[in-house]
Amino acid sequence: MKRFSQLIKILDSTNKTTLKVNALANYFSEAPEKDKVWTIAILSHRRPPRPVNTTLLREWASELANIPLWLFEESYHIVGDLAETIALVVPSDEKSTEKLLSTFLEEMIWLKKQEDQIKKNYLFENWKNLDYYGRFVFTKLITGGFRIGVSQKLMTRALAKSTGIDEDILAYKLMGNWDPNTISFKELVLEENKNDYLSKPYPFYLAYAIEDEVSTLGNVRQWSAEHKWDGIRAQVILRNNEIFVWSRGEELVTDKYPEFQEFIGVLPNGMVLDGEILPYPNEQIGTFNDLQTRIGRKTVSKALLKKTPVILKAYDLLEWQGDDIRKKTFAERRKLLHEVFEEVKTTNSKIPLQLSEQMAFNSWQEVALEREKSREKHSEGLMLKRLDSPYLVGRKKGDWWKWKVDPLTIDAVLTYAMRGHGRRSNLFTDYTFALWNTNEEGKKELVTFAKAYSGLTDAEFKQVDAWIKKNTLERYGPVRSVTPQHVFEIAFEGIAFSKRHKSGIATRFPRILRWRKDKKIEEANSLEDLKSLIPSTISTAK
Amino acid sequence: MKRQLLEFTPKGIYCEPADVYLDPWKPVDKALITHGHADHSRWGHKKYITHHTNIPIIKHRLGDILASGKKWGETFTINNVKFSFHPAGHILGSSQIRVEHKGQVWVFTGDYKLEDDGVATPYENVKCHSFITECTFGLPAFLWRPQKEVISDINSWWAENKANGLTSILFGYSLGKAQRLLKHLDPDIGKIYTHGAVENMTAVLRNMIDFPKTELITRDTKKVDLAGNIVLAPPSAQGSTWIRKMVPYVNATASGWMAFRGARRRRAIDKGFVLSDHCDWPGLLKAIKETGAEKVICTHGYTAIFSRYLRDLGYDASTESTQFEGETGEISSDTDIENKSENTSVKANGKGEQT
Repeated sequence: MKRFSQLIKILDSTNKTTLKVNALANYFSEAPEKDKVWTIAILSHRRPPRPVNTTLLREWASELANIPLWLFEESYHIVGDLAETIALVVPSDEKSTEKLLSTFLEEMIWLKKQEDQIKKNYLFENWKNLDYYGRFVFTKLITGGFRIGVSQKLMTRALAKSTGIDEDILAYKLMGNWDPNTISFKELVLEENKNDYLSKPYPFYLAYAIEDEVSTLGNVRQWSAEHKWDGIRAQVILRNNEIFVWSRGEELVTDKYPEFQEFIGVLPNGMVLDGEILPYPNEQIGTFNDLQTRIGRKTVSKALLKKTPVILKAYDLLEWQGDDIRKKTFAERRKLLHEVFEEVKTTNSKIPLQLSEQMAFNSWQEVALEREKSREKHSEGLMLKRLDSPYLVGRKKGDWWKWKVDPLTIDAVLTYAMRGHGRRSNLFTDYTFALWNTNEEGKKELVTFAKAYSGLTDAEFKQVDAWIKKNTLERYGPVRSVTPQHVFEIAFEGIAFSKRHKSGIATRFPRILRWRKDKKIEEANSLEDLKSLIPSTISTAK
Repeated sequence: MKRQLLEFTPKGIYCEPADVYLDPWKPVDKALITHGHADHSRWGHKKYITHHTNIPIIKHRLGDILASGKKWGETFTINNVKFSFHPAGHILGSSQIRVEHKGQVWVFTGDYKLEDDGVATPYENVKCHSFITECTFGLPAFLWRPQKEVISDINSWWAENKANGLTSILFGYSLGKAQRLLKHLDPDIGKIYTHGAVENMTAVLRNMIDFPKTELITRDTKKVDLAGNIVLAPPSAQGSTWIRKMVPYVNATASGWMAFRGARRRRAIDKGFVLSDHCDWPGLLKAIKETGAEKVICTHGYTAIFSRYLRDLGYDASTESTQFEGETGEISSDTDIENKSENTSVKANGKGEQT
């Protein structure tokens, strides 16, 4: 545990990726086998279920610290992290422990089924005996969620560095359901497995946003245009009658999208598709809002599969008949893809696969006109791909460009604020914005429509933070209502009706474009103004 | 309503029977000054009365001012009001001000801490009826480790950086924190370089305190000279071009705010040492208890929360709005703005401190 606390401390106190990777790689080279497995589990979100709920944690921590619960809560709001607050307020003998990380986790699994009194004794004993960082890490293990900027990818890279095993193969090995309590490091990581290569994806080719006039790209006939779909970029691999789905974050997400199992036996083996996973409720492309219900679920219920199925909108073919064809031109790859698709569709029209329609234009004006239709088609804009280009690795300028539609904007009033977390803890940086609405009694009132916490400079955040602290009307735990006084221009990418939102409208990627110091709140927009931005193609949806 | 011996006015803390102000933030005729930090000793008063060790400090900062110095515990009378200065332990020359009139004793702390830091004259407890206290770190989340341990961490950090061929840059407020750090840095590890603001302020204090030798960084200072050595600089130097020429370096800040992970990360500092010239939570509670005061007024810090807790404990505690800033120059002004604002918002909505 000492070694693990030390690791977390290093990871937490640097934002340099190389330092993080080195610290992790050293840890993987030195730590006891069982601890390594648990560390991988923790950093890939496989911690055991929370043994004690946070209400009890708060009560018991304030009891041990000998302070009233309200004072603990106030401290928590300011510190911004429960485990950190507990580590700071409880008194301790500042000892360090030789007990292993794996022992702590085994104890926590045991603890879950115990009586409250036993749980309380266990917490008190450990809080009192650990040093500050040990106490913080121990409590974090209970509350869950180390937000220390270590992605699964970074952890995999470190593991690759320490074991010499290829990163992509490791990523595959660490997928799926394994139990850190029973599996050994050897079984999980070290043992060779032929199947490991089966799933290997190609690095994604990523586009840059177009900055200059689109006409600077030259002859329009050398380019292929298609809509930029707003879903999850993915590679779907079919080899040896097995499907593997990789997201752009190079995370294996096969289990999240069981629909693609239908490809087996229909599409030929030795094939890798690049495309976008899109929601497809009622046989129509849905909004990103629909897809939200699928993202982040490890297991998908039958009801959800029926309500919000997904399809793959394919736009590239990277492997064909087991051969890497990325060096072929885009035009050739698309032609192959088209042929495969046509053949499959005649016999299996129901498989969740569509092609992203290629469009050819005679002038850049025509391209621009098509771009204007993006919102109606639920796309984010256009993708422009050079017809004679190979499939490159990573983000490269020149052959692929994204030409997004300009965001929608609206002027809204700041009504609530909350303290941020992490580097923004103790600063009010998370804001709620409202628009005018005329209620049933004919009175104008402000209705919440979106939350946003990015888009201002650090200096502006500081200024708004100071203003909020002086203009608080009421406090609701960490949230404060403020005097309606400031207008901000809010930008967002998409818009749709929503039952989950008070305003009845959901916006996608809302962020602050600028602080409209020149506007009074009376000049902010209304809910009607916002509704008028919804494209007519979806305004009839629920 | 009966007038209080010390009142909070738009110009500062006012003693009406003596017609003097304590640490006023607007120009006045006669100002009693607790210590040399900018938010407590401002420019423009006709006369400054302060502890004699503070005079060279405020003259260095404010130029040619009319100032008279007092000794610790020396009583002087203005219009039948008795005043005296008592050590506050915050920085060199920092005082609490005791005010006595018609049997009523008030103490105004300015800024203070209980631990003897080896530079400032250690805090002295002064009995009183009413205690006006800061509470910059008035949350149970703040608990300082003994200075000895923190200093030992700082020296080991420096030695480790030296072993790696790196320059160590240590940020601390140029008056107070910088000298406290300097006093305890181990000159056997290497040379101690200074930023101009630190060098000049330290020069003023060298007459009173024995500090290790320092070397001012100038245009002629070479990168190779700095390698392995330590640089003391004010927090404002972080990210400046002045710092860039010291690459490769690692930096650290010594401040009470470093207790929070968020504050460390926000500052993008390599290392944070929790070292403050203000009281921690137990320090505040201990100090208040030992004064024997029944009435406590909290001026700056987490005032609303701290005074509510004091009321829970049975004190007659309240908050007052001031323009004092706590440990602002050292890390972030957010809490300081908070103190003032919490007071104002309380008044504005008329609901009392806690809603």
